[in-house]
Amino acid sequence: MTAKLFGSATIALAALALQPAGAQQSVKIGFVSTFSGPQAAIGEDMRRSVELAKEHLGGKIAGKPIEIVYEDDQFKPDVGKARSEKLVQQDKVSFVAGYIWSNVLLASLKTVTDEGDTILISANAGPSQIAGELCNKNYFSTSWQNDQTPMAMGDYLNTKGVKSLYVVGPNYAAGKDMLAGVKRTYKGKLLGEDYTKWPDQLDFSAELTKIAQAKPDGIFIFYPGAHGVQFVKQWVQAGLNKTVPLYQVFSIDAITLPQQGEAALGTLGAQEWVNDLPNEQNKRYVADFKKKHNVYPSYYGAQSYDAIMLIASAAEALKGDLSNKDKVRAELKKANFKSLRGDFKFNTNQFPIQNFYIQETVKDAAGMMTVKTIATAVKDGKDAYYDKCSMK
Amino acid sequence: MDYLLIQVLNGVQLGLLMFLLAAGLTLTFGIMDLVNLAHGSLYMVGAYLAWTFITWTDSFVLGALLALPATFVVGVLLEMTVVRRLYARDHLDQVLATFGLILFFNDLVRLVWGPAGKSIAVPSFLSHTVQILPGVPYPAYRFALIVVGSLVALLLAWLVARTRMGMLIRAGASNRRMIAALGVNIELLFSLVFGLGAVFAGLAGLMAAPIASVKIGMGDDILILAFVIIVIGGIGSIKGAFVAAMIVGQIDIVGRAFLPELLKAFLPPASASAAAPAISQVLIYVLMAAVLVWRPTGLFGQRT
Amino acid sequence: MIERLKQPRAIVTALLLVLLAVLPLLTQAFDQRYLLSVGTRIVIWSIAAVSLNMILGYGGLVSFGHAAFFGIGGYAVGILSAEGIQSGWIQWPVALAVSIAWATLVGALSLRTRGVYFIMITLAFAQLVYYLASGLEGYGGDDGLNISRSRFGIIDLRDKAQFYWLCFALLCGTLWFCGRLAHSRFGYVLRGAKSNELRMTALGFPVFQVRLVACIIAGAFGGLAGILLANEGAYVSPAMMSWVKSGDLIVIVVLGGIGVRFGPLYGAVVFFALEELLKPFLDLLHKGWGEYWQLAFGPLLVIVALYARGGMASLLRARE
Repeated sequence: MTAKLFGSATIALAALALQPAGAQQSVKIGFVSTFSGPQAAIGEDMRRSVELAKEHLGGKIAGKPIEIVYEDDQFKPDVGKARSEKLVQQDKVSFVAGYIWSNVLLASLKTVTDEGDTILISANAGPSQIAGELCNKNYFSTSWQNDQTPMAMGDYLNTKGVKSLYVVGPNYAAGKDMLAGVKRTYKGKLLGEDYTKWPDQLDFSAELTKIAQAKPDGIFIFYPGAHGVQFVKQWVQAGLNKTVPLYQVFSIDAITLPQQGEAALGTLGAQEWVNDLPNEQNKRYVADFKKKHNVYPSYYGAQSYDAIMLIASAAEALKGDLSNKDKVRAELKKANFKSLRGDFKFNTNQFPIQNFYIQETVKDAAGMMTVKTIATAVKDGKDAYYDKCSMK
Repeated sequence: MDYLLIQVLNGVQLGLLMFLLAAGLTLTFGIMDLVNLAHGSLYMVGAYLAWTFITWTDSFVLGALLALPATFVVGVLLEMTVVRRLYARDHLDQVLATFGLILFFNDLVRLVWGPAGKSIAVPSFLSHTVQILPGVPYPAYRFALIVVGSLVALLLAWLVARTRMGMLIRAGASNRRMIAALGVNIELLFSLVFGLGAVFAGLAGLMAAPIASVKIGMGDDILILAFVIIVIGGIGSIKGAFVAAMIVGQIDIVGRAFLPELLKAFLPPASASAAAPAISQVLIYVLMAAVLVWRPTGLFGQRT
Repeated sequence: MIERLKQPRAIVTALLLVLLAVLPLLTQAFDQRYLLSVGTRIVIWSIAAVSLNMILGYGGLVSFGHAAFFGIGGYAVGILSAEGIQSGWIQWPVALAVSIAWATLVGALSLRTRGVYFIMITLAFAQLVYYLASGLEGYGGDDGLNISRSRFGIIDLRDKAQFYWLCFALLCGTLWFCGRLAHSRFGYVLRGAKSNELRMTALGFPVFQVRLVACIIAGAFGGLAGILLANEGAYVSPAMMSWVKSGDLIVIVVLGGIGVRFGPLYGAVVFFALEELLKPFLDLLHKGWGEYWQLAFGPLLVIVALYARGGMASLLRARE
């Protein structure tokens, strides 16, 4: 027994060390997301979309096979950073995409973009720092900046004439960004503002009781993933759905709807992509996704699909030669691909300039819960930070 | 006044839920001297089993009644295969082993039930609101939680104070070697107590499921809270766990419902609304530290 | 000395230390930069684990809040860096002083309790720091803070190899210091109090003071690990000190062997090696299994707890 254990560990380490350093015969993409723990469903949705993108590309970009290495961040910044480091240093990928969470993204940012000189494409997280002073030539986003979606919601609430609002969100950075976003554009009366424990609060009775007491014309929430399920269910159980309508961002989507069920019917949300946007590539994406997995894709998936298609457009234009990073960046910046959102342009900070839509939760013809577009809240929206970015 | 009453009830309901989870933990801790980090996993397994049985039978009550014995079986099997070998070990070996069990259960659940969470609907006969006072509505399901939680607490009090098993449990909590010397079938007693603890954890999991969601790792964060409660109450003391759970439930609600208003009396509104959530998050830890500095073995713990 | 070298444990330890000492040369020769990153993390976590082993292994005081020192050391560097003070000559002493102050406070209050109550009160204090850091909106709050690495003039922390050697030298220093301490009069009192507190007190030893000093020393080295961790990632966040990290530290110490001088080092190596290797290994057996590596990792920990009493160190003991 004695030293054997260590012996075998050393051999295994040596085996790892002697792996051939990835031959550049394929287009290698790293994908970091959450594949274990309570938020694994989001990662799964993203992976399904990445795989679908790969399939739609015929498994090849510019004649070279696509190789995707998935890494699990476990919803922890330090793990995300270590996994990103592995992708860059060991797997020697040309692009790292993914990232659901702002803190995981911020922890990994330097390792990938500066020390690794590798291109990072965020398929979800969009903290304001990176749109502004921390903007980076190696950083592209196929999602949004955190404040944009709630700002679109605030605009819509004004047009709809919602006179008073109560806002609730989790007490962490993105939560504060989201509530700050809606407060920036909403012009009615703010009756209350609550921040709840993150990520372990399971009961919202105290907040809902306060809301019932305040009698606002609407509630605005931001609760991503499993937390959105909890809030919406408790809102209905408290009977508030009969008196106070719910407006949300990132809290009711294809991932949470199977659990929220009819409780979510009729609620309104803002989003930059909806599954019924009328363009050919989107119709194909949604139909193929549904055929394969029997559920609707979510915006997490759509943004991931777009990230792969963006990479493909650049690599195709360069005929698969990714050795010159300047050329790769220039091609990426053109955003010369068919986004699921239709029109797609990059701003100077390499965040999208895009529309935001208002979606309503409905039942489709087959009785499945989904969302449909009812209005355009913002046209060609830019984030509020791009002028702080040094790139012009 | 109505508002105050409802918030107090919210606290009671939260406290009772925590008590269910803490009761099993304090039992196994007090009697077998076992630090069981995997207690939260039993809470999760209980909820997932309930989801399976409720989906299968299409009835909340029937599903729950099937899930509880199933969780008991899981608990007893776990005790017989792994946990039994840990009683004689020091706390650190127990921490290592049960930490391993958490990782195992989290991935096992993902393998069996998939990464997406599950949802258990409130049973239809409890999906309305009840009038606790004329004109004061309260969600019926939450009211049912209070009733069931109180009944279980009474049952447990009776079990510990009035039955032979309870006698052994109390004897075991104060002197383990003694009951073994008296010829009690210790192995069986321990298996039963561990299984009972699992049932309470499972019950907490399935009762929390309709208000929360059933998800992987749902027991991990709440486990820390359960430990806080049994430590404040004093390890091994059911009464202590109950009192501590009630205090923690109320403190949590006070922090969320009243603190922001309270702070606005002293601070400008902007800093009050920033400070309130930060303070309410640490309130229970401050409470625990204060209790332990004041009484180093908790409110109702054995003095050494 | 010669006799000791015959023991497998001494041989493995020597080999391990030599391997770690030349790691940057190896990774450069084989073009494996990532292994150096893993090695750096192992070395930094080892420093924290060695410091925890001092109170947990020798003193029997199970702290479930040791990761707080990661955060305290890290945030002291991070906040100074954000305020424009980049010099390591200022950052590091300040970070150590804050760690020591915090350890003194927590130690003095926590040492009133015993056993599991000590575990939980240390957790409570760690949670306080965790939520405090999450509330520091000026310094990134929950999102954490990107920082630039400490400047020293003589060495460049941005250079991976130089940084690694600095960490390794500090690990050797920590191992030497804690090893010496364990076998000093101080160490014997600490260990004596673990097995029989009453007797040691009756013999007139200042048990409380000795334990407090042990907590302070452990806190200082924990803070050092935090400083290094902040410089490794050029990033600090509250997640550094979540209770899960404190749990990981305990697991590493127990895995390696409680109260054994090099135990924490074995523990850290095995812990990180398993994390890196189990996934590719399982994927090799069957594509897709790697995803569920914790399904294998968990039971492995159970087996170590059940059958390898005394952790890795006991596996390496010469057969009697």
